[in-house]
Amino acid sequence: MNALRGLAVLLVLQAIGEALAHALALPFPGPVVGMVLLIPALQASWLREPVKAAAEALLGHLSLLFIPVGVGVITHLDMISHYGVRLLVVIVISTWIGMAVTALLLNFLLHREHSEEKPGE
Amino acid sequence: MNDFVQLWVYLASTPLFGLTATLVVYAGASALYERLGRAPWANPVLWSVVTLGILLLVTHTAYPVYFAGAQFIHVLLGPAVVALAWPLWQRRSELRRRGVALALAALVGGASTAAASVALGLALGLPGKVVRSLAPKSVTSPVAMGIAERIGGLPALAAVFAILTGIVGALSAKYLFNLLRINSLAVRGFALGTSSHGIGAARALQVDAEAGAYAGIALGLQVLLASLLLPMAFLLSF
Repeated sequence: MNALRGLAVLLVLQAIGEALAHALALPFPGPVVGMVLLIPALQASWLREPVKAAAEALLGHLSLLFIPVGVGVITHLDMISHYGVRLLVVIVISTWIGMAVTALLLNFLLHREHSEEKPGE
Repeated sequence: MNDFVQLWVYLASTPLFGLTATLVVYAGASALYERLGRAPWANPVLWSVVTLGILLLVTHTAYPVYFAGAQFIHVLLGPAVVALAWPLWQRRSELRRRGVALALAALVGGASTAAASVALGLALGLPGKVVRSLAPKSVTSPVAMGIAERIGGLPALAAVFAILTGIVGALSAKYLFNLLRINSLAVRGFALGTSSHGIGAARALQVDAEAGAYAGIALGLQVLLASLLLPMAFLLSF
């Protein structure tokens, strides 16, 4: 029941987000606005248990939610077979660059933060 | 035999088919993934997409017919994005403390992967529409579709590129991080979430709760940064 109530909360926030994004012509999609609004809303303790239950159910099966769009690859098979190797090179290399840059930079920043925390040593 | 064909034609044209096929295939792929010790190459998204794609091609089922049923799963992506507030809320004190480092890493990491995909795409002579669909590929697919539309790409293609990016990240992250000697699970999760959004976050969650939470934070930050900055970058440079 909690998960169901939580799903209702998430959908209400998504709807508010969609409405705000539309009315104010925000550059963010509705669900993103809903996410930003939900963070301060969680100050209200009665929202936490339902949201936790729904969030754990949805995020625990996040992979499943990408499959319907992923299967859409069959509608682009001609383009993918035409540019296949080049597309794969672009996707693989740029994904590795993104992961490596993020990991190395964050590792550096957090290590520096750790050493700043112990200035006496 | 003829009866069977008629029954198949009927079932395949109702929304029941797309929904059932997606859940059954995913449940099977997930069980196999568990049996194989969650090996990266056994990624359930990859094998579910491959299996369902082959099933549709072999049975000559059109994608819109499949999607009529699968959309009931697809709509949950909206509330799932809103639900990302939960891991962010849970780690609010860490976020406040490490906020600057995380935001900087998300900004530089996200910009470098988008810039690399555009530069490589242009260098390899891919058409402009395809390059514009590649740019938002590190953002979770529903948001990537919206961004692609605003910068002159093709939303459906952007969604496919985002999913492929997620799968590439989930398959290779372990080996790349080991090679770079990144041992912190928080850093590994964050980097995977930054470049491979929800599919990377799902993989990180399956490996470790800490890594998963940081991947969730990264995914949320990437959504915010990319929806704001990618359209601006394209407006200024093209």
